[in-house]
Amino acid sequence: MRVVLAEDLFLLRDGLVRMLEAYDFEVLAAVETGPELTKAFAELRPDVAVVDVRLPPSHTDEGLQCALAARRDRPGLPVLVLSQHVEQLYARELLADGNGGIGYLLKDRVFDADQFIDAVRRVAGGGTAMDPQVIQQLLSRRTQDKPIGQLTPREREVMELMAQGRSNAAIAAQLVVTERAVSKHTSNIFGKLGLPVSDDDNRRVLAVIAYLDRGQQ
Amino acid sequence: MSGTKSVAKRVVVGSATTAGRGLVLGLTAIVGSITLFVLSVVSIALILIGIGVFTTPYVLTAVRMHANRRRLLAATWSDVKIPIPYRPMPADLRTGVTGQVERTTLMLKDPATWRDLGWLMVDMTAGATVALLSMGLFVYPLEGLVLAAGLWRVFEDDAYWYGFVPVDSQLTGLFAAAFGAGMFAVGLRYANDIQRGYFLLARAMLAPDHDQQLAQRVAHLTETRHDAVDTSAAELRRIERDLHDGAQARLVAMGMDLGTIEALIEKNPAKAKELIANARKSSAEALTELRDLVRGIHPPVLAERGLGDAVKALALRLPVETDVQVDLPGRADAPVESAAYFAVSEILTNAIKHSNADRVWIDMTYAESMLRITVGDNGGGGATIGGGTGLSGLERRLGTFDGILAVSSPAGGPTMVTVEIPCELS
Repeated sequence: MRVVLAEDLFLLRDGLVRMLEAYDFEVLAAVETGPELTKAFAELRPDVAVVDVRLPPSHTDEGLQCALAARRDRPGLPVLVLSQHVEQLYARELLADGNGGIGYLLKDRVFDADQFIDAVRRVAGGGTAMDPQVIQQLLSRRTQDKPIGQLTPREREVMELMAQGRSNAAIAAQLVVTERAVSKHTSNIFGKLGLPVSDDDNRRVLAVIAYLDRGQQ
Repeated sequence: MSGTKSVAKRVVVGSATTAGRGLVLGLTAIVGSITLFVLSVVSIALILIGIGVFTTPYVLTAVRMHANRRRLLAATWSDVKIPIPYRPMPADLRTGVTGQVERTTLMLKDPATWRDLGWLMVDMTAGATVALLSMGLFVYPLEGLVLAAGLWRVFEDDAYWYGFVPVDSQLTGLFAAAFGAGMFAVGLRYANDIQRGYFLLARAMLAPDHDQQLAQRVAHLTETRHDAVDTSAAELRRIERDLHDGAQARLVAMGMDLGTIEALIEKNPAKAKELIANARKSSAEALTELRDLVRGIHPPVLAERGLGDAVKALALRLPVETDVQVDLPGRADAPVESAAYFAVSEILTNAIKHSNADRVWIDMTYAESMLRITVGDNGGGGATIGGGTGLSGLERRLGTFDGILAVSSPAGGPTMVTVEIPCELS
């Protein structure tokens, strides 16, 4: 799988290149500025990009803007955005086009190489990888929400993992239950939240996130 | 018909109001200003024999109240703004005789006191004349009318001078009425301007002169600089403590774990593995703590996107429904943005903590070199700036930027807090 990486801190960039290569990714380019990233998007046409939100020269949200621009040119272009902090504001902007193939994670998540690589692969495959903190923030605003209050603790756990973009199999592995049990939980969740059941993993995720984010209660 | 009627009504009400104001100004100028001037002079003279020390502060305070009432009327009646130049009295004034002496000395040293006395002299002479003139323009024509209506008969033998008209017959009576009507017309057109002139005269006498303005500015800057230094020192202490107790301690724990791991890795791999997990947990916690600390120093969204989006991001973190309206044509300087952001953050914290609100709205606009932020909530109200609440600290911090804070929070709500900071956008 061909990947472009944009990260301005040398240590992190170097570490990410080594990690990605260790998991058999082909790193086409590892750039450090916004303009270089835009060029790499246009010329190298990667399968997936891993992008830091804040990039030189402006040190603003240049990486995020580059990624959004590239996705406007190539809808669904898989991009995994990394940041020192996660903001619902940015998550909304990334998810707004509803095309999937999007990830938004704290940089801390690279500590767990297996999970991080899993997220990159998921995004590359058109799926979603939302940081658990984003989901937590969304949930914390909905303490008054009746349908969510009706979920059992286990269903809530499943919903959080699902909203992060995990597949049924991954959720089953994490919670140490069978996949059948997970799919039973998910259909309960969809029933309680009144969401249309869908076979498409990614649509399902986006529906849950959209539900959580809907008009702030 | 009704149109003519309403015009007539407007003319009558308008002229009666103006005449009434002229009367009030004229009377208070004569009675109030003369009395206070005489009292002041006597009281200050009596300082020589001691009694004045006790009377002077009261008399001068009365003078100030008199002048402040004029300032209020100037603003409400003629839209003339006269700044208040009095130096604030120190809060820790002693009681008893020494306090009284101190108070007298401070008041006499204040140049505003002497300007007040100068104004009293002008007010009871020129001021009173101008004020009564604005009334006379409406009252004198009435006399002309009465003369024309029949009063002229009284003066058939000995002409009565109405203005420059010697009234001794019906004809001259009518002349008088015509003259009065002309004067009334002049009054309608100019009386308000004359009253404005009265207030402008008062402003010329009462407003602080250049030196006083500079002195006030210096006093304000000294105070706000003091606050700014205090605030930033407290900030640094907080950051130091957070780093010391948080990230620094975690890194120490991590280093220790790594040392132990090094010693154990061959003897007891299982234990070593457990410690590795520990170390990783410590590093994740250190990161979380640093992230929170960074957010408190300078929120990342503020650096990346500016004030508008930073406040939107902040609103998304609140547990209550929040509506954010931003209309800013550019970005302010970083210090102003940061001050504005933390002001909003503090007001929101207050609203969530104390008001039981379930709806909050934030409105940010920029006009006439002024950044204006309004935060409203539908909670229980009763918020005040004083009384050691967070809002008084906020007011002091905004003072560094010449910003102001206004709170409207009646018991029962709703609460509206407005912040204004003068700044340029780029």
